[in-house]
Amino acid sequence: MNKTQKSDIQLFYAKVIDRAAKLGFLLLLLTFSVYISGILTPYVPLEHLSQYWGVSAAKYLEATQIQPDWGWVAKLHHGDMLNFFPITILAGVAIFGYLCLVYKFFRNREIILGMIVIFQIMVLILAASGVLKIGGH
Amino acid sequence: MAERIKNLGEGAKGQWSLPLRKTPPSPLPQSLMGFNSAGEVRAKGPDFTSTISGLGGGCGGRAGTPYKKGPWPSPHIILALMVVWWFWGGVGVAWGATGPQAAAGVTPWWVWALILLGFSFLVGIVSLLGGMGGGTLFVSIIGGFLPFHLDFVRCASLLVALCGALSAGPGLLRYGMGDLRLSLPAALMTSSGAIFGALVGLKLSAQTVQTALGLTILGIVFIIVRAKKLEYPEVPTADPLSILLRIGGVYLDRATKEEVPWQVHRTPVSLLLFLLIGIMAGVFGIGAGWANVTVLNLIMGAPIKVAVGTSKLIICLTNTSAAWIYLHSGAVLLVILVPSIIGMMLGSWAGVYVLVRIAPIRLRYIVIALLLFAGIRSLLKGLGIWN
Repeated sequence: MNKTQKSDIQLFYAKVIDRAAKLGFLLLLLTFSVYISGILTPYVPLEHLSQYWGVSAAKYLEATQIQPDWGWVAKLHHGDMLNFFPITILAGVAIFGYLCLVYKFFRNREIILGMIVIFQIMVLILAASGVLKIGGH
Repeated sequence: MAERIKNLGEGAKGQWSLPLRKTPPSPLPQSLMGFNSAGEVRAKGPDFTSTISGLGGGCGGRAGTPYKKGPWPSPHIILALMVVWWFWGGVGVAWGATGPQAAAGVTPWWVWALILLGFSFLVGIVSLLGGMGGGTLFVSIIGGFLPFHLDFVRCASLLVALCGALSAGPGLLRYGMGDLRLSLPAALMTSSGAIFGALVGLKLSAQTVQTALGLTILGIVFIIVRAKKLEYPEVPTADPLSILLRIGGVYLDRATKEEVPWQVHRTPVSLLLFLLIGIMAGVFGIGAGWANVTVLNLIMGAPIKVAVGTSKLIICLTNTSAAWIYLHSGAVLLVILVPSIIGMMLGSWAGVYVLVRIAPIRLRYIVIALLLFAGIRSLLKGLGIWN
């Protein structure tokens, strides 16, 4: 690989994560405004939140009957659940960026770094899949 | 074999290093925050190496450099007043005379949201100036002083630090301060460790995490006080693994306008340390940028600015994997999370303004004081002495 190619990969990755992060942030501002304005009825009313924020995540889920993992997808018509969409984008920016890197590294015949990126994607997808979760204490 | 490695090393220097820039990179758009703009500031003003280097006072900072003065009061006074306001005007009022748990039930949600917004704003400023991800400050202070359960605080902290790193990352890459190749193996280790750490952390009781967090933060304070970061560590020979991965290159130091070649060593042992850092990050819900910088700079021998920049890239991956575990475990409360993210991003922008007006050495004292206070609070809260 020559010097320019290396620089190009860095710049390409910078561009990808920059745009994706800004998109996620703007959407988060939008959906949070929808949530607190009450345009869409929240699944858990804002006034009730103070009852839950002092308890563990496991007890919160139990009390509110919220399904963890990807359960929010089926409840996007609720103002609070809508916010999980941009949060997912923000938490997925790195995965998207690395997917783009795989192509770049293999095209430049950098097999070892390409394999590291693939392993990294597998780790991130494992985390994002919801297979690994914990019920809390 | 040794001869072959030597040849490879020479090959790495000759073929794979970054191009030597004859002109400084073009200015970044204002919309990019944090280190991007900070890079421009550094080019014009004093060298903030010691400021952004995890607060080590051993290099770079020019104590005698005059700082830019504006029509505003001293930034130290502004920052101190904001901290005081936040504690006594915000948290104090919200607590009333009853303490955080009792106040949680009577204080409206939006008051807490505003407190979080204000605090995250401060964390955004301080973490930018301090070269930290902000997660450590966030978890220790929010977890210690506000009524929220640590599960929610840790999840918010991970996403807050992630957003900060995502904002700073592109600019760092463009300036060559963050090195993608150096970050790849390190991030693989930290993100793997972070998954395990998050699973363990969610299983531990809040008291156990508070106690361990308090001890860890006091350890961080010790490292910050004692460790002397090296601006350009001496690396006589790159190790075989780093040669194989083609880690190394040249970056343009905008403070000195010099092109600095660099390479790393002790890669295998450093990767093991990154695994441990990832576990710690997952357990406590922090980015552990201070630990990344220490390993990259003091053990691997990366120049301090490359270490700081690369640390941000590593945090992106560490926090992504840990955050997913927390998200899937239901540790999300939007009134905690969203104001914190907004505050952090606004604080990062404001941090650039403060950066040109504050002396690194004084900032170091502010961060040490905050961490010391938060660490003692976490420890005492975990032990049930100060609830």
